[in-house]
Amino acid sequence: MSEALVIFDKVSYSYNGKPVFHDLSIEVPVNKTIGIMGPSGTGKTTLLKLIGGQIHPDRGKIFVYGQDLSTLSRKELFGLRKNMGMLFQSGALFSDLSVFENVAFPLREHTDLNSELIRYLVLIKLNAVGLRGTANLFPRELSGGMQRRVALARAMSLDPDLIMYDEPFTGLDPIALGVISNLIRNVGAVYDTTSIIVSHDIEETLTIADYLYVLSEGEIIGHGTPSELKNDKSKRLRQFLNGLPDGPVPFHYPAIDYMADLISSVVD
Amino acid sequence: MNILAWRLGRFALQMVSSLGRAVRMLFFALAGSPQLKNIPLVVRQIYQLGVLSVLIIVCSGFSIGAVLALQGYAQLARVGSESALGLGVALVLVMEIGPVVSALLFAGRAGSAITAEIGLMKATEQIASMEMMGVDPLRRIFAPRFWGGFIALPLLALMFSVVGIWGASLVAVDWLGVYGGSFWSVMEEGVDFFDHVLKGIVKSVVFGFVVIWIALFQGYDSLPTSEGISKATTNTVVFSSVWVLVLDFFLTLMMFQL
Repeated sequence: MSEALVIFDKVSYSYNGKPVFHDLSIEVPVNKTIGIMGPSGTGKTTLLKLIGGQIHPDRGKIFVYGQDLSTLSRKELFGLRKNMGMLFQSGALFSDLSVFENVAFPLREHTDLNSELIRYLVLIKLNAVGLRGTANLFPRELSGGMQRRVALARAMSLDPDLIMYDEPFTGLDPIALGVISNLIRNVGAVYDTTSIIVSHDIEETLTIADYLYVLSEGEIIGHGTPSELKNDKSKRLRQFLNGLPDGPVPFHYPAIDYMADLISSVVD
Repeated sequence: MNILAWRLGRFALQMVSSLGRAVRMLFFALAGSPQLKNIPLVVRQIYQLGVLSVLIIVCSGFSIGAVLALQGYAQLARVGSESALGLGVALVLVMEIGPVVSALLFAGRAGSAITAEIGLMKATEQIASMEMMGVDPLRRIFAPRFWGGFIALPLLALMFSVVGIWGASLVAVDWLGVYGGSFWSVMEEGVDFFDHVLKGIVKSVVFGFVVIWIALFQGYDSLPTSEGISKATTNTVVFSSVWVLVLDFFLTLMMFQL
């Protein structure tokens, strides 16, 4: 791989005593689109929070732009994040600001651009996601899918070097899905942006990503280019990619034996 | 006995841990040089927390002043000292009831609103998204609310006292027939700005600091669920009220050298 923008070096992380990652090592090369896939609850969103420095690993090191996150001060961490954009699963738009002001927010906070120039940039970003006409509306007046498209425009407003997408395809209609999918691909190609896409939409992620990691139970069960993954014979990977309920990747959350559980409630 | 000791120990550890998080939150919100671009945000919060609380403060101040005049007149008339009514009402309002009751009302109206707002921003990942944009939410969201509340409460307390005295004068002078000249002149002679008014203002400044700190921290530390936000909002009102009353005792003890 080429020079890495994000490096996970044997990272372990647990939440409320439950291990999420164990000795996880990942590299995200510059100007590439990386897909992180895996079943629900495998810590895909947690991985993005670790990259953003919002949570810290129990063990191991995370390097972003060559800087060890554990050595950065609070101020340095906020400075580093100015080069990142993140699309949250929920959109996370500011409910007291209009759509226009939401997209303008990072520009107003981090640049000295005059209001006319900010207006141009915001309208360009909103037009790219097909929502220029909603500029004066408030987030509560938009559907969930539209809110996520506005959030995408906001994440791209500063043209960051690294954009992280948390489930970007969830809740989109087929037209919006195609547009957003192209947009993510084009942003990466035109602006030399490094993208990390967290998703369990296998089909869409395989078409966009240059390289993929598949996570399950806190570890990597497969990685490679889309064609390498499609040809991988690993049972765990095949179960996930083919959407099979039975196999080495458990569908059920850990629990005592089903019959024993039912009988115990009768006995009680 | 062991279980009791274990629970007490755990409770003490939780309290120390909460206090540490609250101090850290306040430090990062207020430390560093003030940012000029945040001044409009502070003005907006003075409006949200202060101006929108004026109605409840005016109504409460007027009612309490009027009741004080009624009660005071009934007692003072027995010994023929109605002329001292204005002084008594003014001292009680300026030194005690004004700062305390306005702080309690402020905790109920503005404090609970701040906690609910921040708790909801946390639950909907608005605070996390701000962090990921490289904008410190403690400086952008918390600090303006802190300064807005800190500035607004002493002004509201003064307003409470002024309206209370006006309510008392309407009842005493215009209704019960107490001689207006003595009502106002005895008050003017007896109330000293430094000994009484300023000490009342100091109280409301301390109450403002505590109420707004509790409100912000409860929102900041709330669980991002509907139940968590509900509990945090209740905590704001309960903790603020208790702390205002406890601190009032100690401040009175210190400032008025009883």
